[in-house]
Amino acid sequence: MNTLPQQLANGLLLGSMYGLIAIGYTMVYGIVQLINFAHGEIFMTGAFGALTVYLYILPDGTTLAVAVPLMLIGGAIVAVLIAVGAERFAYRPLRGAPRLAPLITAIGLSLALQELVRNFYPGADRARAFPGLDATHDIGSVTIKDADIFLVVAAIVCMSGLAWFVRKSRTGRAMQATAQDPDTAQLMGIDTNRIIVIAFAIGGFFAAVAAVAYGLKYGSIDYRMGFLMGLKAFTAAVLGGIGNIYGAMLGGIVLGVAETLASAYIDGIPGMDKLGGQSWANVWAFVLLILVLLFRPQGLLGERVADRA
Amino acid sequence: MRQRSLVILTSVLTSGALTLTACGSRDDSGDKGDSGTTTYTIGVDAPLSGENSTTGLGIQYGVQVAVDDANKNNWVPGVKFKVKALDDKAQPASGQQNATALVGDKTVIGTVGPLNSGVAQSMQQVFASANMVEISPSNTNPELTQGKNWQTDKKRPYKTYFRTATTDELQGSFAADYAFNGLKKKKAFVVDDKQTYGAGLAKIFGEKFKGLGGTVVQTDHVNTGDKDFGSLVTKIKNSGADLLYYGGQYDESSLITKQLKDAGVKIPLFGGDGMFASTYIETAGKASEGDLATSVGVPVDTLPAAKQFVETYKAKGYKGDYGAYGGYSYDAASAIIKALKAVKDANGDKLPSDINDVRSKLIPEVQKSDFEGITGKVSFDQYGDTGNKQLTVYQVTNGAWKAVKTGTVG
Repeated sequence: MNTLPQQLANGLLLGSMYGLIAIGYTMVYGIVQLINFAHGEIFMTGAFGALTVYLYILPDGTTLAVAVPLMLIGGAIVAVLIAVGAERFAYRPLRGAPRLAPLITAIGLSLALQELVRNFYPGADRARAFPGLDATHDIGSVTIKDADIFLVVAAIVCMSGLAWFVRKSRTGRAMQATAQDPDTAQLMGIDTNRIIVIAFAIGGFFAAVAAVAYGLKYGSIDYRMGFLMGLKAFTAAVLGGIGNIYGAMLGGIVLGVAETLASAYIDGIPGMDKLGGQSWANVWAFVLLILVLLFRPQGLLGERVADRA
Repeated sequence: MRQRSLVILTSVLTSGALTLTACGSRDDSGDKGDSGTTTYTIGVDAPLSGENSTTGLGIQYGVQVAVDDANKNNWVPGVKFKVKALDDKAQPASGQQNATALVGDKTVIGTVGPLNSGVAQSMQQVFASANMVEISPSNTNPELTQGKNWQTDKKRPYKTYFRTATTDELQGSFAADYAFNGLKKKKAFVVDDKQTYGAGLAKIFGEKFKGLGGTVVQTDHVNTGDKDFGSLVTKIKNSGADLLYYGGQYDESSLITKQLKDAGVKIPLFGGDGMFASTYIETAGKASEGDLATSVGVPVDTLPAAKQFVETYKAKGYKGDYGAYGGYSYDAASAIIKALKAVKDANGDKLPSDINDVRSKLIPEVQKSDFEGITGKVSFDQYGDTGNKQLTVYQVTNGAWKAVKTGTVG
């Protein structure tokens, strides 16, 4: 059996999830040059928000067709509120402070969010089961689940929506202006604080969509799920060119596919059997990142911009 | 340039932040009651939060029940016991800190734990230098008692280390035998998590399975904390294996079995005692049906002597899962307490006043342990391994672990 189509599908799916989360890093960075390291935890709280809707708000036995949209809404509300709250209370007071200050704040915030969920969410000190969309479909030699279809559709819809929003809407254009030059944008009458809040909110929303897809796909969530996913998504954002929304999605997909193919095929190359397999996936992902950054320091789709002093 | 160096700096910072965990050490002074009773502490080290915590809490409360029994029934007249449980988060570095803290506490006479073989490796030396007994209810890696070259030249590395669990050498062989002869499986795909326990167990299983005439079609390794096994699942599907053997913990194996069954690969996942926990079934759901795990000893629920233990554990509403190691933790704590009684008797019914004296005199007495525990006879051989070498295969049936075969390896 030729496994390549299946492995490509695996990689695309994983990559779409990275891409959705990477949007949050890249939008915030593009506008305020802040790496919001708590974004992985915003993703995690989105998952727990969605689970709360399913377990404690909806009546038992609600079919997933009804439950999933409501879970999305619940997860999005939680993730957006936390993202916006983080901006308002953790990052805004530090705007203008040396760059290390908000960075350390982000790390602290992410630990705080993890511990809050671990200590106060019922049963969250270990993995909690999440309803899964497990019905499978065979397309040629590729097997995919309903949850995978949800992920792909969600990624496409969200990306197209975002592209339209940024290009065509008034707020989106204001965003572009703020990203280009915040001071001039403000002088032109753009409320930059509002734009920054919107960037955080969009990031939170995308993270929540990714979180619901994650839960539906893997069937369990835990309080540390945001760490590695966040790190990978950040890598994807850098790989694609941080600050560029298309770059984030492309970077996610490239990273996901590279990881999957590396773990699938490298140990089959003669002499490389010790350097392949699942456990080396992360190593190859970062090797790829280093290679891309060596030859294209601005990332795949990043633009070479004059550095601000 | 500034922005790029920021990116690099942040990456370095995050990785640094990861490796730093809260450090702390305590040095409690002795606790001598003035009314003639002495209070000693039984230390516990196990993962009490995060990964593996279900089984870790089973160890803590298994010891707690033993200590309560000892206090209630006056096992050692004039001595009361309490439990000091420290969380190692399944990480060797935390285990070492905890071992240092327990050695520093002048009321601790011995420790039960840890859960993970990899953590045990970092703790053995600390306890050995302090001459303090450590009994693990669950470590199964052969190296811990029989030295690095256990296959050719058995040599006990630490005289302070004991265990009430059997080794992976026996567990892996038992699993291989059941897979080949019981399940009639011929082609196994072997995966491990690269940890001391998982890699050791998977290796032994593979060797024995091949020895019996089966084939290991492919091997792979995963990282603890991995969530997406899509690539691995496709490989397994393509390999034509009729059994997946996994050396590691339930955190990863429950996700692997779910993703495997979701991809339409209906072969059972077989693992060791590291995944024998209710959380495995809760996380994997229906996908876990038919999966198997070996565990040390006989099922606690079926032992008449353990009935009281199980009832007490449930009545107190203790968290965690006593099924895997609760009974062995009870017996490990009992061994320490009974050894203290022996020390006291040998010393003219008086306890040595110096804690270091108590600790070092306890070692030979634990070595000589010979009593009926709740899991069977408790005794240790010349390596510190248990004399009770029974093992059980469990299978997930209707959403619960059911014992399907109990026995010893020939």
